[in-house]
Amino acid sequence: MKQEEITDKSRREFLKTAAVATIAATACGSLACSCTSKHPVTDKVKLLSPEGEIVEIDSAYLNHQEHMAILSKLEQRQGIAGKKFVMVVDLSRCKNARKCIAACQKWHYRPEETEWLTVKLLKDSDKAAPYWFPKQCFHCDNPPCVKVCPVDATFKRQDGLVLIDNDRCIGCKFCMAACPYSTRVFNWDEPEMPMDIRNLASNAETNLPAKVGTVEKCDFCPDRSREGLLPPCVEACPNGVFYFGDENEDTVTNGDETVSFSQLIKDRAAYRYMEELGTKPRVYYLPPKERQFPVERGYENLPDKLKERFKDVMEGSPKEK
Amino acid sequence: MELNKYQQEIFEKQRPTIETFTKKTWAWTIFFLLWILLGGYALYLQIAKGHSVTGMRDNVVWGLYIANFIFFIGISYAGAVISGILHILNVEWRKPIIRIAEMITVVATIIGPVFILLCVGRLDRLHHLFLYPRLQSPITWDVLAIGTYFTGSVIFLYLALIKDFAVYRDAKLNIPKWRQKLYRILAIGYRGTPSQKKHIRVSTNLMAIMIIPLAIIVHSVLSWIFGMTLRPGWHSTIFGPYFVLAAIYSGTGVLIMAMWVYRKIYKLHSYLTDKHFIYLGYIMMVLGAAYGYFTFSEYLTDWFASEKWDSEVIEKIFNPAKYGWWFLFTNVAGILLPILVVAIPKTRKPTPIAIVSFFMVIALWVKRYLIIVPTLESPLLPMQDIRPEYVKYSATWVEWALTFAGIATFFLFFTIISKFVTVIPISEFGDEEKK
Repeated sequence: MKQEEITDKSRREFLKTAAVATIAATACGSLACSCTSKHPVTDKVKLLSPEGEIVEIDSAYLNHQEHMAILSKLEQRQGIAGKKFVMVVDLSRCKNARKCIAACQKWHYRPEETEWLTVKLLKDSDKAAPYWFPKQCFHCDNPPCVKVCPVDATFKRQDGLVLIDNDRCIGCKFCMAACPYSTRVFNWDEPEMPMDIRNLASNAETNLPAKVGTVEKCDFCPDRSREGLLPPCVEACPNGVFYFGDENEDTVTNGDETVSFSQLIKDRAAYRYMEELGTKPRVYYLPPKERQFPVERGYENLPDKLKERFKDVMEGSPKEK
Repeated sequence: MELNKYQQEIFEKQRPTIETFTKKTWAWTIFFLLWILLGGYALYLQIAKGHSVTGMRDNVVWGLYIANFIFFIGISYAGAVISGILHILNVEWRKPIIRIAEMITVVATIIGPVFILLCVGRLDRLHHLFLYPRLQSPITWDVLAIGTYFTGSVIFLYLALIKDFAVYRDAKLNIPKWRQKLYRILAIGYRGTPSQKKHIRVSTNLMAIMIIPLAIIVHSVLSWIFGMTLRPGWHSTIFGPYFVLAAIYSGTGVLIMAMWVYRKIYKLHSYLTDKHFIYLGYIMMVLGAAYGYFTFSEYLTDWFASEKWDSEVIEKIFNPAKYGWWFLFTNVAGILLPILVVAIPKTRKPTPIAIVSFFMVIALWVKRYLIIVPTLESPLLPMQDIRPEYVKYSATWVEWALTFAGIATFFLFFTIISKFVTVIPISEFGDEEKK
């Protein structure tokens, strides 16, 4: 047992150094937003294997969790300097492929039913056509959830993100009642996590490891941004629905194309969901105009369990397309 | 302590009650303890297995517990506002009932917050409320307000008890040594000197004045936990006064019920007279009318304007297939009946008034449930979830067991306190009340 602890500790120490090396390596290529390539500058790093041998591997293969160890609680709360994350969701491209959800859940080790990212089927009025509506956390600039937290467990960072320190959260669920977008989820049971994740120090940037009795939600994956990568949902989308980027740089990318944020929202008449609530979301939607897919495309091939969710909206809709 | 003839009479009447712990009392105590034990087991399950043993889920994040929390803090108003106001107005007939009222306050203020703790996912981190408090959060306001209110209520009750503790101390009661000693300590050397009398009078007056705004703050802050959110049915400007009024109203109901029970068990008919029931009935009637007015105004505006999300909640509350019958019950039993029963001279008698109080208190509990649950079941974005427990809240046996444990604790406290102090204060009465 003791032997194990020692190796474990030295390995972690070593990984820390390795992680610093990775950061240094990626720092020259800028962070996520302006990057179009998914694996920027790579580098060889030396690692101590569990067997005690020194191995040399490509830094791109380093797992993201190792970065968490080097972020202090203060850094987690301050955010990435100079950034102002923003997302644009192109509703005309979404066909409910649900790849974003799968990628998100895998990245955050969430079970199938705990969706941080959901796709809703909305219909604005009786005669209007339904459309698919993917929804992450809106990371509001006037966040109702942050206002009500009694212990400062959920906070707004200077890079625009609203994150949760699940080491501090007391689980009062007030933020869940306050969020008008039903974004937050609660760990009603002891969450199942792989052992190595469970033993990590908690990190607000990844919400890992998940903890029973605490609240969690979409975090916009700043850990990926630090590595120069896009959030998994953005990467996984086959249709380029999500544009993620930095408002300060005025660029957003969906992995295929990088465009000017201000131009995009101007040209496509972007709106923020329920602007009237005054929450000032950081997520913009491009209206579902001139759609690339008929809405049924996202419904027909769904498993029955999922079909059931959208049945009411779907069957009440005129089948003109 | 020198007792006058009238005080002596009241004391002798109640002496057997505090001297003996009868078999019947034991039976009740054990009965309540069994309920609490069951609640303890439910609590163990909830802590060991996580909150998934409750009916609460991501949409309906709060349920029975928070309804109980509002309910108990509400009935605590019996002592705070009723006895506070009657004290300030120097209403003579208050004297026999203030102890019961103030006991309700203290006991309910102990039990209420326990229920909000049951909603908390990480009880092991409660100290974070003090380590990292954020003053912007209505929960922090609640912690401060309830803490102060509880302290105030305990002091208010204690100030009224000191003189009586001195009576028990000097009366050579047939009780164990430790209780004699306890009375001696609690009486803090009160001998009835003019200066001591003056100090108690001044402090009681001060506390009576302070406890009223404190109580109003407590329930306003509590209502703002809901009022400050962007939820239909909650985001209402009248929630503060509406909650405060409902609280005083239900507090009066519980006070009437408690008086009726004590009067029956301990045969206190000559002290808790019909007059007390009728006067409190009048207070209840006025509060009921005001409460009815608030209810009408709240639901009329939401229904008439029929804004999309408000309408969704209103539909749930009015629809007989959903919460409609319950809503009707809260209005009939919670507003109409109490007013009618007190208004009609024929039914204006202790027992009918106590019975309507009972139904009114239940109706107000149901009303709290109807404020919490339908709103949480109507999120702004469609749920589109097929897990039934996520779509519709239904309380599990764990939540019910803990609810009944809370009620049992309330009764248990009352059973035991009434064996420890006299239900009717003794030293409050002067000679002039002999008549």
